[in-house]
Amino acid sequence: MSASVLFDEPGPRGRRRIRIASIITVVVLVAVVALGLHQFGDHGQLDAAKWRPFGQWPIWKYLLVGLRGTLEAAALVAVLGAAAGLILAIGRLSRVTPVRWLATGYIEIARTLPVLLLIYVTLFGLPRYGINLPLLWKLVLPLTVANAAAFAEIFRAGILSMPRGQNEAALSLGMTGWQSMRLVVLPQALRRVAPSVVSQLVSLLKDTSLGFIVAFTELLYRAQVLAAYNHLLVQTYLVVTLVYLVCNLILSGLAHRLQNFTRRRAAGPILEKMP
Amino acid sequence: MNVLLDNLPALLDGVWTTVWMTVVAGVGALILGVLVTAARVSPVPILRAIALGYVQFFLNVPALALLVLFVFALPDVGLLMPLTTTAVVVLIIYEAAYVAEAVRSGINTVAMGQAEAARAIGLTFFQSLRLVILPQALRAVVQPVGNVMIALLMNTSLAAAVGVVELTASANKVNLVHAQPIPIFVGAGLAYMALALVIGLSTGVLERRVRIVR
Repeated sequence: MSASVLFDEPGPRGRRRIRIASIITVVVLVAVVALGLHQFGDHGQLDAAKWRPFGQWPIWKYLLVGLRGTLEAAALVAVLGAAAGLILAIGRLSRVTPVRWLATGYIEIARTLPVLLLIYVTLFGLPRYGINLPLLWKLVLPLTVANAAAFAEIFRAGILSMPRGQNEAALSLGMTGWQSMRLVVLPQALRRVAPSVVSQLVSLLKDTSLGFIVAFTELLYRAQVLAAYNHLLVQTYLVVTLVYLVCNLILSGLAHRLQNFTRRRAAGPILEKMP
Repeated sequence: MNVLLDNLPALLDGVWTTVWMTVVAGVGALILGVLVTAARVSPVPILRAIALGYVQFFLNVPALALLVLFVFALPDVGLLMPLTTTAVVVLIIYEAAYVAEAVRSGINTVAMGQAEAARAIGLTFFQSLRLVILPQALRAVVQPVGNVMIALLMNTSLAAAVGVVELTASANKVNLVHAQPIPIFVGAGLAYMALALVIGLSTGVLERRVRIVR
């Protein structure tokens, strides 16, 4: 049901009301923005001198190194988490009871633990047992532990959404269960969940901001260092928030396009054959 | 094990902070999220655009970056609030975007005939939304909203990074003193799992009770 069903094509009175509501909205919006700007200006945060640094290349270069760290960590977590997630998803659907239990237990536990708690464990817990990971892995390991469970649930949903006939047809051709999974079910299931995987990538990229805590050189940590150095807290954190926004909007846009693409592909051939 | 019992008061304080932050932020996010959804399906194009912008912004920005911005940077523009209040406010506006997404998907599950019937008997937009569409949409999204609440529970831990002493922070503090990470962090983890279980079970019960049998 699309939103437009909720209201009729407005008549003269409706249009007038919509116009009035629009005007009120704009007035309120302008008032809020003006109030915000006034507040910013009152405390001298709008001075050109405080924003000029962000027109300079060295500042951006400093932040872009952070962005590279963010993307690096995100890519590592994505690859490791997706691989572990795939294994866990297959394990959770396995016919071998202990394997199923182990995978289910891991997924259910990892899904209800805050990432920050896992980070504190790697940061302050593991060194006590002689495990002192490099900085990058102090961020990547806890994120992978958490995201593997999320990926596993996405993949499992994809596998379960496949029609049973696909697996049955593969088995009746003489494939083994594993062959059917690898050659028939998984390729289709993975394509089907591609949009959800990209959405998970957005959430994962957001999670890398926890590098702030482990002092790994990613975007938010760099912002903190920069803000401590130039004392431009508001400006620096606002700019960095916008950088995150742009990165993730690009990823979200990709997810949206994938969704339309897979929907078209899934719907296309079947509709054509309809009498 | 003893280290848990010896520090029980500190840890329970942390649990309590986590619980009330989750409850207050959860209720706030629910209300704000429904309002955002209402704006998003309203006949006023500008309201729809603002709501869409709101959701897209908060879905794509890290909660921790927002927390840092609100806690450390906004005092520079004269926005002074107690630390925990700031954290709860950030969590409300952040999770409201997720609630709004869930509720909107719920509106999509309401049969088109319902909206058409509501209009046909002469209900205004607000009446049909309030009396016909939202009650059905909200009943359909108990489970997804429950998942948002579990995510909110886990996101309260981010407040530890800006200095709020909730469960994660108090566990970490105890560990820094006693250096017995395994019992302390396992205990904290179990507490989170128990709280998530409570949310999961109560949404399960609620979902069964309010389900619309079609």
